[in-house]
Amino acid sequence: MANYSTNEFKQGLKVMLDNEPCSIIENEYVKPGKGQAFNRVKLRNLRSGRVLDKTFKSGESLEGADAIEVDMEYLYTDGEFWHFMATDGSFEQHGASAEALGDTVKWLKEQEIYVITLFNGGILTVAPPNFVELEVTETDPGVKGDTANGGSKPATLATGAVVKVPLFINIGEKLRIDTRTGDYVSRA
Amino acid sequence: MSLWQPSCDRDALRARSLFYQQIRAFFAQRDVLEVDTPILAAAPVTDPNIEPMQTTEGRWLHTSPEYAMKRLLCAGSGDIWQLCKVFRAGEAGSKHNPEFSMLEWYRVGWDHHQLMDEVRDLVRVLFQPRWQNIPEMRLSYAQAFTQYAGLDVHHVHDDVLHAKGIELAGQDLELNRDGWLDIIMSHLIEPSLPTNTLVFIDAFPASQAALAKITYDENGIAVAQRFELFFNGTELANGYHELTDAAEQRRRFNNDGRVAGGRKVDERLLEALESGLPECAGVAMGIDRLLMHSTGATSICEVLAFDWHRS
Repeated sequence: MANYSTNEFKQGLKVMLDNEPCSIIENEYVKPGKGQAFNRVKLRNLRSGRVLDKTFKSGESLEGADAIEVDMEYLYTDGEFWHFMATDGSFEQHGASAEALGDTVKWLKEQEIYVITLFNGGILTVAPPNFVELEVTETDPGVKGDTANGGSKPATLATGAVVKVPLFINIGEKLRIDTRTGDYVSRA
Repeated sequence: MSLWQPSCDRDALRARSLFYQQIRAFFAQRDVLEVDTPILAAAPVTDPNIEPMQTTEGRWLHTSPEYAMKRLLCAGSGDIWQLCKVFRAGEAGSKHNPEFSMLEWYRVGWDHHQLMDEVRDLVRVLFQPRWQNIPEMRLSYAQAFTQYAGLDVHHVHDDVLHAKGIELAGQDLELNRDGWLDIIMSHLIEPSLPTNTLVFIDAFPASQAALAKITYDENGIAVAQRFELFFNGTELANGYHELTDAAEQRRRFNNDGRVAGGRKVDERLLEALESGLPECAGVAMGIDRLLMHSTGATSICEVLAFDWHRS
């Protein structure tokens, strides 16, 4: 990969930092009039999602990271890998390991589109859409007519995820869930 | 927006025009002479952290009008001021444009304390539309480090300074002592200074004297008679009680490290100093940044007719 100098750092550029692929969020040039020039850079580690603040001497460079974010549709799992297919018409397929999938396994649904970060040709991370619709497979019987906000109960979804839902929800209903918080939003 | 279009709006053009009128009136009233010196100089600066641009004819675009203005002072010009474009390679960011406007002036017989008063007066005039009678605060470099970084800057061991710098930078940048001081200043102290206050910091470490006189503070520590003005997180001005000793100036130029790298020293400036620079104080001020504050701009391009990418 090419090297990028601090003056080429811009939002979205993927670089290697301490052997980890990172995406640049912000780059601020700092220079005391008579002093040394620096770049204060905010980066997101693409594997862990952690945001780092690093200062570089201006003019230093980092190796580019062979990382891109692409939309892919979830197909199936063979028990070891979870398979996704590109939505750009190329039908390109990649398998994600359990590690790459991480918590997203809770929101995995066939034919749903996920944002996949590919690093060196393999899946590094799988990000779910902000909202998914999943079926309830297990919960206490619904309390008819109870639409008040007060009470809630746990419900298990098709993916195995457990979310808090209102008392009136029944097995077999489809629910809209916010994947960022894991909260019930509404009936789908 | 297409690139033929200006990077600033018409209000910013008007704000700049008003600035220029006010600056001219300010110095006319105080009987300071406006001068115009060459932008293309035969010799570059030797400053280790300033990168000049060179033309195909081998001339250097000035990075400040300091050398030429000092030659005028040596020739007996008396108090002078100049507003001009200066050029510094690679300095681009939200507060930097490689071509920018600098206001520089010199007061004969003054020291840097008197000059700080005048800087304050001018900035108050220019900021009048947005802020009335902005408070000021003056502290020494050492006081700033004690107060905002908890460090005794003149005595702290290099290892302690490095550790603090690494913590702030997030990694070891392998800097010298002054480099780590710059990190602490820019990452910790500047953002901690009181807001909406003209903060003057003076008595810099002697190693950062540049073209300022060096004296001894009340504790017998050598400090530079240099000041900087900070306002809401940006550096607006840099001033000196000017070094008049030609031999000392030559020694500092030669120690800048650039000379060893092949850059030649401005002999005409040194000759002028040898013939005699009157005791004086001088300051350079970044006009674009002042405009940013007075108009509330968040990026320098919002106060430039055409920024670097549109020029």
